[in-house]
Amino acid sequence: MSVFIDRTTRLLVQGVTGRDGSFHTRQMLAYGTTVVAGVTPGKGGSRFDGTVPVYDTVAEAVRETQPNATVVYVPAAAAASAIFEAADAGIALIVCITEGIPVLDMTKVIPFLAERGVRLIGPNCPGLISPGQSKVGIIPGNICRPGRIGVVSRSGTLTYEIVHQLSTHGFGQSTCVGIGGDPIIGTSFVHCLAAFQADAGTDAVVMIGEIGGTDEQQAAEYVQRSMTKPVVAFVAGQTAPPGRRMGHAGAIASGSGGTAAEKMAALERAGIPVMRRPADVVPLLKDRL
Amino acid sequence: MNLHEYQAREILERFGIPFPRGAVAATAQEAMAIAEQFAGPVMVKAQVHSGGRGKAGGVKLARNPAEAAAHASRIIGMTINDLPVQKVLVVPAAEIASESYLGVIVDRAAQRPVVMASAAGGIDIEDVASRTPERILRVPVDPRYGLLPHQATALGFGLYDDLAQVRAGAEIAQKLYAAFYAVGASLAEINPLVTTPDGRVMALDAKLVVDDNELMRHPEIAALRDLSAEAPSEQQARDHGLSFIPLAGSVGCCVNGAGLAMATMDLVKFYGGEPANFLDIGGSSNPEKVVAALQIITGDPRVRAILFNIFGGITRCDDVATGIVQATQQFPLTVPLVIRLTGTNEAEAVAILTKAGFSALTDMDDAVQRAVTLAKG
Repeated sequence: MSVFIDRTTRLLVQGVTGRDGSFHTRQMLAYGTTVVAGVTPGKGGSRFDGTVPVYDTVAEAVRETQPNATVVYVPAAAAASAIFEAADAGIALIVCITEGIPVLDMTKVIPFLAERGVRLIGPNCPGLISPGQSKVGIIPGNICRPGRIGVVSRSGTLTYEIVHQLSTHGFGQSTCVGIGGDPIIGTSFVHCLAAFQADAGTDAVVMIGEIGGTDEQQAAEYVQRSMTKPVVAFVAGQTAPPGRRMGHAGAIASGSGGTAAEKMAALERAGIPVMRRPADVVPLLKDRL
Repeated sequence: MNLHEYQAREILERFGIPFPRGAVAATAQEAMAIAEQFAGPVMVKAQVHSGGRGKAGGVKLARNPAEAAAHASRIIGMTINDLPVQKVLVVPAAEIASESYLGVIVDRAAQRPVVMASAAGGIDIEDVASRTPERILRVPVDPRYGLLPHQATALGFGLYDDLAQVRAGAEIAQKLYAAFYAVGASLAEINPLVTTPDGRVMALDAKLVVDDNELMRHPEIAALRDLSAEAPSEQQARDHGLSFIPLAGSVGCCVNGAGLAMATMDLVKFYGGEPANFLDIGGSSNPEKVVAALQIITGDPRVRAILFNIFGGITRCDDVATGIVQATQQFPLTVPLVIRLTGTNEAEAVAILTKAGFSALTDMDDAVQRAVTLAKG
């Protein structure tokens, strides 16, 4: 079992012939993901690597190949347009890897998707992987193991670090979800926690947050109110200076609630153990399971 | 990207928002010449990317041109929150009957722009926001429709009682939202928005922060960047596509990924050290980026040890190793280097490093502890 993606996922790749899109499409195919089609305007009628059919538009790809999820590798200036196109064509799960999308673009995307009941993961995220079943995005498959721990994170490589710790100590994962490092994202911690709570294949959740915003505080409230499964957490950016953007567009400690200390306190108040360092994930999980 | 007040004013004036006349001076003589054009007292205002200018002595009232020159010569060259002041804005001192606040931000919880108005404007607006948030009217905007006329009118009524002023305030709110949207801002602010004794409504100060991700669409805004307002190392980092923030510690950090970079800094602190910087080399690394990163880190005289923490995914460990070797061929390292790398092409990386006389660790905690110890020794 898993959340959002599994063996039945039929994936479309938007931006399939680009530098990042082509590299990661090969990686996803090698992992065993069912990639049914790609879209690059102007390259319709060709085949990616001789196998995956490429279409000019998402609507055409949907008609011909019936994908139920899409991953967007389109460059930042056109990424919002790619998301609109996928939602308009009726795809219910959109995963956007692209970094650097203007935040005002996202403010228009979000209500458009909400009106159509479409789930967006990202943008500016590594995607997700249900080990042994399907990988959508860029998370390295070789560090993951099938298992019963759910992982949800705002980061990329920090997730790999913690997943690597889990895998080497015998904790496989049901699904690892990177929700993205931007100020406006489609899927929050709370959405993912609810999905893991409902998933019979998940026993416990590792949540990896960082400075900026108050998503971690909302997650803490949700866990206290509605979750029975154990959750352990990490918050990056304890040493980040206030008012400076730490790489991710969303990682700015400012105003009320945005600092690591405030987030860690809110999580602990809700009974969620907080790691002091990434290597603590295994002992904390063992303690809770 | 932050804009200076005078730059923000120029943009908002183009959208029809009324300001008092004014001009920018880089010398005391220029400030005096501007003051002479305006009969009467003037304000001399430091142009710097920092709040609290007034409290730092960067905003002064001058009764005549000679005083304007004297204030300008003191303010130009002063530093406010470590930032040097290179220009002043000279404007006629307005007579003020009331001070209000008008601003637009992108609200991350609401996931849309929000226009805010408060009749309690002026320098203490942040206190008002934290102590009496009910005194700030917040109007969420659906960006697909923009700020609707009735929403703007509601904002006007939130600011004023006089109907002519309500209409003037509403019109300024519409124009401020239009400017915010057109330049791709993440913040647009008028504080204070004043009324004059004869009943006019006008803006006295302006602040604009433009979303860095919008600059590709607005080259005219990108050209307004004030390079003197940031450290040379930050410019160098941006030129090489690195994300870099200097800090005050002694352990130089070079990491792939922002989250892992923050976690690495935190772990340095956990083991008793202090990070010298945040540095994310990004996803698709190439050796040149690593050379640039090492150049920037070694340019900081406070750095006593350098720590690489690389978790290879898209980033290939062998690219990073090649960059480290190339850098040390171009310039000698005078401080010890601790390298941790694991993941994609790790074995190739270890071979490259070993051949050049370096060793590499695979565990993050081991590497950080070693770097902290070396920085202290």
